[in-house]
Amino acid sequence: MEPVLALVVGGLYAAAIYMILRRSIVKLVIGLLLLSNAANLLIFTVSGLTREAPPLISAGLDAPVTPMADPLPQALILTAIVISFGVLAFAVVLINRAWHVVQAEDMDQMTGTDT
Amino acid sequence: MMLTAVLSGFVLAALAPWLFRGLGARTGWVLALLPAALLAWFASFVPSVAGGEVHVLQHAWVPSLGLQLSFLVDGLSLLFALLISLIGTFIVIYGGGYLAGHRDLPRFYVLILSFMASMLGLVLSNNLITLFVFWELTSITSYLLIGFNHEDKEARRCALQGLLVTVTGGLALLVGLVMMGLIAGSFELSEILASGELFRDHALYMPILLLVLAGAFTKSAQVPFHFWLPNAMAAPTPVSAYLHSATMVKAGVYLMARLNPTMGGTEAWFLILGLVGALTMLTGVWMAYRSTGIKRVLAYSTVMALGTLTMLIGMGGEKAAMAAVTFLLAHALYKGALFMVAGAIDHETGTKDLEQLGGLRRKMPVTAVVAVVAGLSLAGLPPLFGFVAKELLLEAVLARPGPGWILAGLVVLSSMLVVAVAAIVVLKPFFGALRETPRHPHEAPPSMLLGPAILASLGLGFGLLPWLAGQGLLAAAASAVYGHPVNISLSLWHGVNLPLILSALILIAGILLYFKWPRLRDWFNGPVALDQYGPEALYYRFTGALSNFAGWQTRVLQNGYMRNYLLTILLTTVAVVGYTLFSRLGWGWLPSGELDVRFYELVVAGGIIVAAVGAAVMRSKLAAVAAMGVVGFAVALIYVLFSAPDLGITQVLVETLTVILLVLALFKLPNFSRLSSRMSRLRDVTVGVAFGGLMAALMFSTLGVQFEPSISAWFLESAYTEAQGRNVVNVILVDFRALDTLGEIYVLALAAIGVYAMMKFRSQPAEGRS
Amino acid sequence: MSSYSLILRTAARFLLPLLLMFSVFLLLRGHDLPGGGFIAGLVASCAFVVYLFAFDVAPVRRMLRLDPRSMVGVGLLLAALSGVPAVFMGDAFFTGLWLELELPRVGEIKLSTPLVFDIGVYLVVLGSVMAIVMALAEGEE
Repeated sequence: MEPVLALVVGGLYAAAIYMILRRSIVKLVIGLLLLSNAANLLIFTVSGLTREAPPLISAGLDAPVTPMADPLPQALILTAIVISFGVLAFAVVLINRAWHVVQAEDMDQMTGTDT
Repeated sequence: MMLTAVLSGFVLAALAPWLFRGLGARTGWVLALLPAALLAWFASFVPSVAGGEVHVLQHAWVPSLGLQLSFLVDGLSLLFALLISLIGTFIVIYGGGYLAGHRDLPRFYVLILSFMASMLGLVLSNNLITLFVFWELTSITSYLLIGFNHEDKEARRCALQGLLVTVTGGLALLVGLVMMGLIAGSFELSEILASGELFRDHALYMPILLLVLAGAFTKSAQVPFHFWLPNAMAAPTPVSAYLHSATMVKAGVYLMARLNPTMGGTEAWFLILGLVGALTMLTGVWMAYRSTGIKRVLAYSTVMALGTLTMLIGMGGEKAAMAAVTFLLAHALYKGALFMVAGAIDHETGTKDLEQLGGLRRKMPVTAVVAVVAGLSLAGLPPLFGFVAKELLLEAVLARPGPGWILAGLVVLSSMLVVAVAAIVVLKPFFGALRETPRHPHEAPPSMLLGPAILASLGLGFGLLPWLAGQGLLAAAASAVYGHPVNISLSLWHGVNLPLILSALILIAGILLYFKWPRLRDWFNGPVALDQYGPEALYYRFTGALSNFAGWQTRVLQNGYMRNYLLTILLTTVAVVGYTLFSRLGWGWLPSGELDVRFYELVVAGGIIVAAVGAAVMRSKLAAVAAMGVVGFAVALIYVLFSAPDLGITQVLVETLTVILLVLALFKLPNFSRLSSRMSRLRDVTVGVAFGGLMAALMFSTLGVQFEPSISAWFLESAYTEAQGRNVVNVILVDFRALDTLGEIYVLALAAIGVYAMMKFRSQPAEGRS
Repeated sequence: MSSYSLILRTAARFLLPLLLMFSVFLLLRGHDLPGGGFIAGLVASCAFVVYLFAFDVAPVRRMLRLDPRSMVGVGLLLAALSGVPAVFMGDAFFTGLWLELELPRVGEIKLSTPLVFDIGVYLVVLGSVMAIVMALAEGEE
């Protein structure tokens, strides 16, 4: 499954980059979202995929007896998801404010610093 | 003890503003107790150093790294330390009088004391690196002091010029010093001084010499770097007297003198130092004769003195070493006094222009006496110490075989002009008829008379009793410069010999030059190529070109279009990483073997790609956001399918909130309009696909590669036994790596505060912009 | 106010307590099964956001009692303080400590510093999300 997900990540990156390069700031935000999904999925895939073995130690056992999914990348990605939500909120509000001040959605009209 | 002595200046500098609040106008007198105490303490070294002893004092700094602060007290460094603390004492007192009532007087104390400490550190360091650090500290404090009147644009410009010239030299010096340290295998001066042959025969001798001299020449204002020094006169006069005459500008001279036993004695040393020194000497005195501002005249005559010192060090030999240290002491005494007199004149009359001054001896009698005594020393007349120094200078130059005659001619020529300059500085303002000045002059306050009076009297005292200075301290200092014990006794009267005859000649010619001054000055001030094509013009052309270049490259690189930055970054990444990937692996990264895939997984994976492409091409905002949501939920499904239930749940929740957020914040914004052309869309698709392809290729190449053993096995095994948790992901988050999580929730909190601030504290929208 | 849908209001009124209880459940069991501070905080946020859509900002603010910004502060403080007790026990900052209580009928209860930390995370997540959403919702009016 890893090669398939590698292609999916590549596709996500391609779409994200395309969107980030657009002049519309709303598209930029969507690009950012795609980018963070792509990065999370990349870490998840590269660290190895395991089916039906979540890193939960069964009741009554002190340590796992069968192979389990790697918990470390999961912990990393979990915080990454929450933080990217915070950053996204910041970006979205920034855009919202920028739009209210500049009344323009086109980033090419936001090159000055004088507004 | 030595460490305390050097650093005490910094400590007192930090306390000075508070002391000022309590002491007011008396602050200067109180602060001067520190340099005075230092002077007394350094003086206690004189007997043993005069006896030929060299003290190396070490303090453990970072003992675990073998780093230590070490200080070297020999004749040379002691001479400098005494001068710094002696003149420093009077400058601190004098500054209080000169800047009385100035808004920034406390800042003056802070800076001048910091400078004093840095300068002491410079001359006493026994380590090349600490020497360099103190060297740069003096440059920085000098910059701040020249720009003391920071609201004056001219002062700022001059300060920056001095800084740029000296730190550029300092940079070269650093390279030179590091090379020296690497060759000697030690950065301790005491060890480097003992390994002279090693340097003189080394293949890198010439580069090191040039680098070190670049530092020394810029600092000591040698031609062609001399132009910053007269401009540094924008500083308040006590600063000019202290930094730009008596001490800091002599740091370069100190360095050359210090390294003379190591680097000196070669043909290159003699040629470079002799030539540059002689040229600086003549340039300085000629420019001094041309100028009319009293401080500029003194500044250029300082340039002349610095050139003379460089030349003497370059000449080498016992006599030249003795002449150098004698001249250095004499110059520091009379020039310090004259600068302070100039400051008093400026302070009392409100002008620095010699043309507007005259007859002040009736109004300022004590100042006039001091000025005459110091001026006679500058002119080199008996029975002052300046005379002793000049005689020795002539003797040393005449004693040098071969080119000595040429140098002697140049020295005589410059000495004639110096006599004229001394007369201009002393006679013009104090004698003749009283002239109208912007302010009504009175005698200067005691704080401004004490320093020059004592310095001038010292010049007289050492002149009458030259053995007092010569036998002990100066001989020890000359020994340090020469590298071997020097035994030359100074005396006022040598009998009728060639130097004395020359001195008489110089005096007559100098007086003639003084009376012809107004005519000759105008003649000298005609159109001169040096002003248009000289080093200072070059400096302005260079800095101008530099800022033009900076402006041009900023316009090109920082063009304000984010996609241009991104395209640069992305294409560079694709090219560099892609090249590396293909050159190392060829097509070897392509996956091979059986694909372990289940049908429903393929459906989810395909769904992600379709939704992502959809989000990219949708024309409607809501549709794009919905497609985004599909991507997010499908990714969550992947997490769940591959044993990450926590991730799956988090992703679903965050995705929900994200959609809500986007709807809330972007709902009112208009729908997408086609902003970019077909060509640019095509270009961006290409870049996106190239980058996506690269990422996929990189992932293919890393699948199944494990460089380091994973630590996850430990987490799995210890989660329950050590942390009593069965959900290993949660255990990592809240226990094993709790500190990381703490940092992450701080980021989240910051984002929330940022959002809140942007929404609540906002300015009114600008009108009339579409 | 009439523009708010009746169905949404009814649903929100029932969903809020349910979801909040669920979030506390997720928080407490998070150490052993899927859940934990992040997830529970997000669930609670969702509950309040649904309520906000149904009823407007002011009722939500009243119901929260604590200003979301203060909630963020309290959460950060709790999370940071949870590392402190270990220092007094001679261990490194953030070393987990457990207190096992045997209660009649209820059975064994484990109180621990990681749990305090997780409650801190829960409050920060809930406070941050609510601060953002409420600021936006108020700003759009």
